[in-house]
Amino acid sequence: MRFTSLLSASALALASVTAAQAQDSSDPIVIPTHNWSSQIVMSHVVGQIFESMGNSVEYVSTDSQAVYESVRLGDVTLELEVWEGAFGPAFEAAMEKGGLHDVGDHDAVTREDWWYPMWTKESCPGLPSWEALNECAALFATPETGDKGRFLGGPVDWLKHDQERVDALGMDFVVVNAGSASALWAEVGSAERDKRPVVIFNWTPNFVEALYPGEFVEFPEYVDGCKDDPAVGPNPEMTYDCGNPANGYLKKAAWDGMEEKWPSAYATLKNISFTNPQIAEMAKLVDIDELEPEDAAAEWLEQNEAVWKPWIDGGA
Amino acid sequence: MTTVATDAPVSVPGQSRLRMAQVLFGAAVCLALAKGMLPDALIRLPDSWVVPFADWFNAMFNFMRDDLGLIHVTRAFADGLDWFLDVTANLLYGKNRWPRIGPIPWSVIAATAAIVGYALNGWRLAAMSGLTFVWIAVMGQWQWAMETLSVILIAAPVSVLLGLVMGTLAWRSARFRAVLNPLLNVAQSLPHFAYMIPVVVFVGVGPKAGAIVTIIFSVPPMIRMTLLGLQKVPTEVIEAGQMAAATPWQLLRHVRLPTARTDILVGVNQVIMQCLAMVVLASFIGMPGLGQKLLQLLQALKIGRSFEIGITIVLLAVMLDRCSKAWAMKQPVHMEKGTPWAVRHRLFLIWVFATVVLWVLSLIFPILHEIGRREALSLAGPLDVAMDWIIATLDPVTQWLRWFLIVWVLIPLRDGMLWLPVSAVLVFLMSVGWAVGGRRSALICLAYFGLIALSGWWDRAMITVYTVTFSVFIATLIGFPAGIWGSRSARRAKTVLLVCDTLQTFPSFIYLIPVIMLFGVNDVAVVGAVVLFAAVPLIRYTIEGLRGVPDAQIEAADMSGATRKQTLWSVRLPLALPTIMVGVNQSVMFSLFMVIIAAFIGTQDLGQEMQRALSSSDVGKGMVLGLAVAFMGLMVDHLVTVWATRRRKALGMG
Repeated sequence: MRFTSLLSASALALASVTAAQAQDSSDPIVIPTHNWSSQIVMSHVVGQIFESMGNSVEYVSTDSQAVYESVRLGDVTLELEVWEGAFGPAFEAAMEKGGLHDVGDHDAVTREDWWYPMWTKESCPGLPSWEALNECAALFATPETGDKGRFLGGPVDWLKHDQERVDALGMDFVVVNAGSASALWAEVGSAERDKRPVVIFNWTPNFVEALYPGEFVEFPEYVDGCKDDPAVGPNPEMTYDCGNPANGYLKKAAWDGMEEKWPSAYATLKNISFTNPQIAEMAKLVDIDELEPEDAAAEWLEQNEAVWKPWIDGGA
Repeated sequence: MTTVATDAPVSVPGQSRLRMAQVLFGAAVCLALAKGMLPDALIRLPDSWVVPFADWFNAMFNFMRDDLGLIHVTRAFADGLDWFLDVTANLLYGKNRWPRIGPIPWSVIAATAAIVGYALNGWRLAAMSGLTFVWIAVMGQWQWAMETLSVILIAAPVSVLLGLVMGTLAWRSARFRAVLNPLLNVAQSLPHFAYMIPVVVFVGVGPKAGAIVTIIFSVPPMIRMTLLGLQKVPTEVIEAGQMAAATPWQLLRHVRLPTARTDILVGVNQVIMQCLAMVVLASFIGMPGLGQKLLQLLQALKIGRSFEIGITIVLLAVMLDRCSKAWAMKQPVHMEKGTPWAVRHRLFLIWVFATVVLWVLSLIFPILHEIGRREALSLAGPLDVAMDWIIATLDPVTQWLRWFLIVWVLIPLRDGMLWLPVSAVLVFLMSVGWAVGGRRSALICLAYFGLIALSGWWDRAMITVYTVTFSVFIATLIGFPAGIWGSRSARRAKTVLLVCDTLQTFPSFIYLIPVIMLFGVNDVAVVGAVVLFAAVPLIRYTIEGLRGVPDAQIEAADMSGATRKQTLWSVRLPLALPTIMVGVNQSVMFSLFMVIIAAFIGTQDLGQEMQRALSSSDVGKGMVLGLAVAFMGLMVDHLVTVWATRRRKALGMG
C-alpha cells in the first residue's frame, strides 16, 4: 500500500524538512498527468516522494500541450516530461510569456522519428536505411496515397516537418497525419494481424517498444543548421534534409512561484533525474503488468530506494 | 389508389418561391460551370476580405479577463464550487478534505441507491440501481466512478438551479427571452471543445473546470424546459391561486412551479444525460474519474478494459435516466392524517438501519468497504478476443470497402467540394433557402455561410460539410429502413429504441479505435465513426414518426383497399415526414459534434484546427471555428424547422 511506503520514508523526511531553511507550504503541490503511462507513473513517483517529505500532493489530468499555460498561471505547479520534439515549442512559447522556468534535464534522452515494427523488415530487408525504405515505397502504398508509400505521422500540432523532409530527400512517400497517438497505435495494432508493413511516427522511451519491437529509420544524421540552412545536409537546396536529433532533451519545468512556496520540494525536483530504462520500467509496470499507476509508483519506489533517496538528501 | 388528401394545395406564393429558387439554382450552376472565367474574388474570397474575427475575440476576452478583472470573479466562483466538490470528493472517495469522514463504503452507497430506486418506482428500479453500483465495485472501478460522480453530484444541481432561475427570468421578461433565445441556439450547436478553451483560461484545469464545462453544457435544456413548463400553466390554475390571495412570489413558488413540475423534471433528466455525455470530454481539462481512465486505456490500446468503462457509463446513464423519469412521473403521496411518524418514514428508517449495519460490517469485512483492482473481476480478456474476432472477420470486406469508397467516392467528392467557387455555393444555399422559406430563409442561409467564408476557414469548412453530408446520407440509408422495420410492432420499437439509447450514451471515443483498426487512418474511418452516431436519431425519429400516425388514417387507407406497401408509402410516410425531418436535423447536429471528435482519428477539417486551438489555448481561434460549426448546424436547423412547420400546417397537424 501507498500508506506503508509513506510511513517508511517519513522518518527520513522529517529530518530533511527540519533541515530546510524554510518550511514548505501546506497547500497541495499540483502535478499534472497526461494520457501516456510513463508520465503518469513518473508523476506519481515524484508525488509520493514529495508526500514522503511531508508535502501534500494532488494530481490533475490535463492536455499535454495546454498544460504549459496552466503551469505559467500557477494552477499546476510543475511538469515532469517536457519532450524536446513534441513540447519544446509550447514550452518555449510559455516561457516567453513568463511564469515558468526550466528546472534541468533528465538523464534520459528522447528520440522521435520514423519508425517501423520489426515484421516490416521481412518484406524490406534493406532497412533501417532511408534509401532502402524509399526503394520499398510501393509496399507502404494505401488507397488514399495511390502508388506512393504512406507515412503515418503524428497530429499536425506536433509540428514534425515530415512533409518537408520527404520533399527535401525526394522520397516517394505521402505524409498522412493521424489525429492522436492512439490512432498511431491502432494502425500498428491492425497491421500486426497480417504483418502488413507500416512506417509511422514514434518515439522512445515509449510503451509501444514493449508491445511491438521495432526500429527507427536511419536518416542522414542530424547536424546543427540542417533545419534552417539549405547548404547543410545532402540536399544543397532544401532544409530538413536530415533526421531528428537522436538525443533530444527531456526536461522538467516548474512554476516560478514554486521555489518560494515549497523550497525543499523544489530543491528535490532539481535533483530528480530519470534514465531511459527507468522510464521504460515505469511504463511496463502499467502497460504490461497491469498495475494501477499509484501502485506502480509505490512499487517502483520500493525497488529503487537507492536511486531516489539521495535526491531528497541532496535537496535538504 | 388515388392521391392521398395529404398533399398540400400548391399556393401562389409557393409557386413564385419555387420559381425564384430555380432561378438561383440555375445561377449557381452557371457560376460553377464558368469557374474558369470568374474573377478570383468569386472563387475564393481574397485575403484582404477575411475579417480577423479571432483577433476580435481575443481582444474581447483579454479585455474581459484583465481590464474588467473578470478572471477574479470566475476564479472566485470556481473556488466556491471547489469547496463543494471537495466535500463530495471526501465522502465518495476519501479525498483529504473537510468533512474527512469518507470514503463511504461501496456497500452503503449501493444499498442507498437501491432504496432510492425502490422509493421511486418499486423493486425493478431498486434492483437496477443497486446492481449498477455492485457492478462498478466488482469491476474494480469504484474509485474512478466516484471521482466522476463527485463532480456530477455538484454540477447537476447547480445546473438545475441555474436553469430554473434563468428559465423563470426568461418567462417573466420578454426582452430577456429575446436575448437568451439566440444565445441558447448557438450554445447548443457549439462543439464542446469551443467551450473548453475559455474555461481553461478563466478557471484553470482540474475538477472545478470539469464541473464548470459540464454546467455550461447541460444548462440550456433546463432553461428551455423551465420556460416551456411555465408557459404551459393553465390560466385557471393561476386564477385559483390569485383567488387564494397569493402574492406573486407565492404564486410562482406554490402554484406555477409545481404545476410545471413534469416539464421541469424532464429538464432535470436532460441535465443528467448531458452531464454523463460530458464525462469523457471534460477529462481533457482535468475532470477526474472514468473519462480520464478511459482515455488512458485507449491510449494504451486496451480496448477490452475501456469497453468495461463504457458499460459503466451506460449503466449509470440508464439508471439515472430511469430514476429521474420515475421521479418526474411520481405524484406526491398523501398519507392519512394521524399516520405514525415511523410509518410515514418507513423507507428512511430502513435506509438508516441498512447504512449502519453495512458500515459496521464493512469495518469487519474490508471487501464490503473497498474492492481493490487485484480482487476485481474483469471482462477485458473475452472482450478483447471478441473484438479481435470481429475485426478479423470483417477485414476482407472492409479492405475492399475502404479502397472503393476512397478511390471512387470520397476523394472525388472532396475534390469536387473544394473545387466549387465560394460564390456558387452561396448562391446554391440561397436557392435552397428560397425554396424552403422564401426570401428570409435565403438571406439567413447566405448570412451563416457568408460569415464562414469571411472567417477565412472556407476550405476546412467545406471538408467538414463534405464529411457530414456524406455521413448523414449513409446514415439515412441505414437508419431509414431500420426505423421502418422497427416501427412494425411495439415490441420491436422498444428493443430498437433501447439499442439507440445505448449507442448514444456509450462514450464515442471508444468507437474511434476499432474504426481505425478496420479502415485505417483516413476519411472512411471518420465517416464510419460519424455514421454510428448520426444513424441513431434517424432511427429514433422514424420510429416515433411512423408510430405516431393516427390509427384512423391507416384504417381509412385499409378500407380503400391499399396494400401494406401502399399504406406505408402513401399514407404513413408522408404523415410521419415532419417528425422524420426532425430526426434528420438531429442527425446533422450529432454528425457535427462527432466530426469534431473524429479529429482524433486524423482529419483536415475544422475539427483538426479546433484541436490545435485547444492545445495552444487560443480562445479566439477556438470560438471562430466553433461558431463556424455552429452556423452550419443552425442553418440546417432553420431550414428543417421552417419546412416541417409548413408541412405540418398543410397536413392539418397543427
